[in-house]
Amino acid sequence: MPRYVMVIDVEKCIGCMACVIACKKENGVADGYFRTRVVEEARGEFPYLRMELRSELCNHCEIAPCIDACPTRASHRAKDGTVQIDHKKCIGCKACILACPYDARYIRPDGTADKCTFCQHRIKEGKKPACVETCLGKSRIFGDLDDPESDVAKLLKRYEAAVRLEWAGTKPRVFYINKKFPGGF
Amino acid sequence: MVWSRRDFLKIAVASTGVGIIGGTQVDKLLGLGRKPEDKPVYVPTVCEMCFWRCGVIAKVVNGKVVKLDGHPEHPQSRGKLCARGHGGIGLLYDPDRLKHPLIRVGERGEGKFKKASWDEAFNYVAEKMLKIKETYGPEAMALFTHGTISTYFVHLLWAYGSPNLGMPSYALCRGARDIAFKLTFGSPVGNPERVDLKNSKVIVLIGFHIGENAHNSMCQEFTEALGNGATVIVVDPRFSTVASKAKYWLPIKPATDLALLLAWINVIINEGLYDKEYVAKYTVGFEKLAEAVKEYTPQWAEKETEIPAGLIIETARIMGKNKPSVVIHPGRHTAWYEDNTQRIRAIAILTALLGAYGRPGGIYLPPKNPLTGYDLSDFCGVPYPEHQKPEINKGPYPFTEEEGVIPEIIKATLTENPYPIKGWLITGTNLIKSTPNQRDTIEAIKKLDLVVTVDMMPFDHVLYADVVLPECTYLERYDDIFEVKERSIGLALRQPVVNPMYDTKPGWWIAKELGIRLGLKDYFPYQDFEDYLKAKCQVLGISFEELKQKGYIEIPDTANPYLDGTSEVKFKTPSGKIELYSKQLEEAGFPPIPQYTKHEEPPQGYFRLLYGRVPVHTFSRTTNNPSLWELMKENAAWVNAKVAKKLGLKNGDYVVLVNQDGVKSNRVKIKVTERIRPDCVYVPHGFGSFSPMLKRAYLNGADDQQLITRYAVDPVSGSVGMRVNFVKIEKA
Ligand code: SF4
Ligand code: SF4
Ligand code: SF4
Repeated sequence: MPRYVMVIDVEKCIGCMACVIACKKENGVADGYFRTRVVEEARGEFPYLRMELRSELCNHCEIAPCIDACPTRASHRAKDGTVQIDHKKCIGCKACILACPYDARYIRPDGTADKCTFCQHRIKEGKKPACVETCLGKSRIFGDLDDPESDVAKLLKRYEAAVRLEWAGTKPRVFYINKKFPGGF
Repeated sequence: MVWSRRDFLKIAVASTGVGIIGGTQVDKLLGLGRKPEDKPVYVPTVCEMCFWRCGVIAKVVNGKVVKLDGHPEHPQSRGKLCARGHGGIGLLYDPDRLKHPLIRVGERGEGKFKKASWDEAFNYVAEKMLKIKETYGPEAMALFTHGTISTYFVHLLWAYGSPNLGMPSYALCRGARDIAFKLTFGSPVGNPERVDLKNSKVIVLIGFHIGENAHNSMCQEFTEALGNGATVIVVDPRFSTVASKAKYWLPIKPATDLALLLAWINVIINEGLYDKEYVAKYTVGFEKLAEAVKEYTPQWAEKETEIPAGLIIETARIMGKNKPSVVIHPGRHTAWYEDNTQRIRAIAILTALLGAYGRPGGIYLPPKNPLTGYDLSDFCGVPYPEHQKPEINKGPYPFTEEEGVIPEIIKATLTENPYPIKGWLITGTNLIKSTPNQRDTIEAIKKLDLVVTVDMMPFDHVLYADVVLPECTYLERYDDIFEVKERSIGLALRQPVVNPMYDTKPGWWIAKELGIRLGLKDYFPYQDFEDYLKAKCQVLGISFEELKQKGYIEIPDTANPYLDGTSEVKFKTPSGKIELYSKQLEEAGFPPIPQYTKHEEPPQGYFRLLYGRVPVHTFSRTTNNPSLWELMKENAAWVNAKVAKKLGLKNGDYVVLVNQDGVKSNRVKIKVTERIRPDCVYVPHGFGSFSPMLKRAYLNGADDQQLITRYAVDPVSGSVGMRVNFVKIEKA
């Protein structure tokens, strides 16, 4: 089983939002919903300021509370190691939404839970996820961590990485590197 | 012009053959067990969600565009699109689009129209235009235009016999920059700008907000440079996105940028940090420059700019140490104050001192052997008539270009001086939202015999039109071949991806049909635009079919990025050298070397109004786009946190901005932030549309332009300064 991960080089994110809309169009995400977002966090007082732009999405956690919470097994780990939802089985009970510490899920208009799929359909065709493909900053980097030759493996070997809400113990597969301020913002 | 599904398939298959589309596509197209209707087809075209014009691959399923992706080979997209580029689908399927020709029935501004046929609409316009020509002469027609449609309407205007055109991209945007670079180096800095960002070691941005300004390849090269460890220096009263990427953020007092630039030049010369060989070989006027900038010490500049002298010196040294791989970005929207041309001249001079013009990591050179174009006027082979009256659009400014100064045309319309202007054609320009002093614009409109707009959406200015002609979107039409001037030359084709929806038509067709009715048939000697495109391809020596399939073709051996140290170079200036000291300016009565002058400051209780861009919108014209509106529905006015506290305002409170002339904005949320100086208010441009036909954008946010009732004029280029307005904040 591959270990697909996304590495996000926050230094190179320029907040252009191309990823956000590319995702919506690629996946036909319904109006009013987003599977990924870019968060802007500023600290300090004028003129001593710092700011981080950080894109967020489903972490495809290794220990995924959303899967555990699901009573119908609609939420499951797919063969390729990603966390997916089988919409035919989903009864819209929202247990996964409560279980996910990352606010990565929502209920779409057909009443079933929905979230980022890591563009599973594109990975199958050997393409990168749409947000990665279009990222103007090349801030989003995708690949198989088990392949030592992949960009993600090389980056994670070289730089210290952080994950969101490490205390939640979900072992996220979305890693943040910040070359200027290692260890995160 | 009508595209069948078979055509789409043909293109897709052919494209696969030439390697634009991945190999799996073929399998998919031939895949069994799927209804043929579900097979996606990929068509290369060119984006026009802004003027960057990136290459696009449109994915079409069942005749519907479902996704737009960056063309991998086009140098402006490199396989990626910005948010607005992806949002092109939203424009195509916006239910508020203009759908058929309209003729006004109410008063101008009321927005009451009746549906008309193209014939009726054209006859109405032609009759009035012929009457105007007969009564006042052809010069009494003016054209305001932006975007690709300009190609056809400028041709029409000139064929009709008027010089009076105004493009907002000149005087209201990049005009001063282009003039400053021409005066110094003999060529403008290009579009896209010839900045060699990806090889830069130091990038200096003066009020230029990359990231918020989401021009595709520019963003890509900038982040590439960041990844390579480039030092970024950002000069901006606001902690912009790009300021957060910078090693040095200089929160300059607005309107004092020229002081900083002159001090930098002072340090670079005083400390001997300039490229002596380069300066000796390629420039003229160094001694006079050195003399002239003596007074502009960092200590002097500190008082003007509020940037510590030590920081001015430190940043100058970083530039000096890393020369010539330094980009001091000449900017784009440079229509700020009265000193626009001189300010950009200082940027050009600094660039030359660092030896960065024509060097890696600086500003690369125009591509060599530009193709000799073959535009509409060559194609028709009939010369334009000479106009009998002076060009109002150039105003009294000696270096203005033919793209013209919009406020001059508006002024002349109001005063009938030097002669009356009686008709306006407005194509692809939201005149109300792009031009300062809306009251003048609206007053002028009242004096006109004819107002015609050609557009895709019922923007504010459309409310004032007598006749509205609906253009189809860029995804539904052919346009003239784009000569892509990046490091080398390429050709790109915009072609229809789907059939025009509703009763909309391509700009070239609208101009041609109107031309015929104006008796200008000879200027439009083609039935279909494909005739013209094919002929043009023949002249250019490429195959039209190949261009259609590939979308982009690079012309080999046209790259010319850097100066060749061995041969003598002749710049296109009068002296053949880079003119640090400009005789041309001197002869026209202007300072040959930039001099600093102070600008008016906001009165007590007022803030300087600054404006800019957000990455998900292009000016006002995307604020109703369903895909982009979803990302940002209204703008917010940025106010410094301490100021907000003093005024008792919380983040997200609605306020109104009232300018020095008492003009009140629509209500707008405030963004309480540390990211701005306490003496300014910043408002993203383009929001607050008052056209009720724009159901999403209608009265969402504040319109910065409405508050720009005053403007300064740069006497060199006619460029308009719009950062000279002050606002106070009131509770809504
Ligand atoms: S981020 Fe949330 S939805 Fe995604 S795998 Fe982790 S817990 Fe599940
Ligand atoms: S596309 Fe890339 S650079 Fe742009 S906002 Fe998304 S992650 Fe950041
Ligand atoms: S920069 Fe964005 S909006 Fe402009 S042409 Fe390129 S993709 Fe389109």
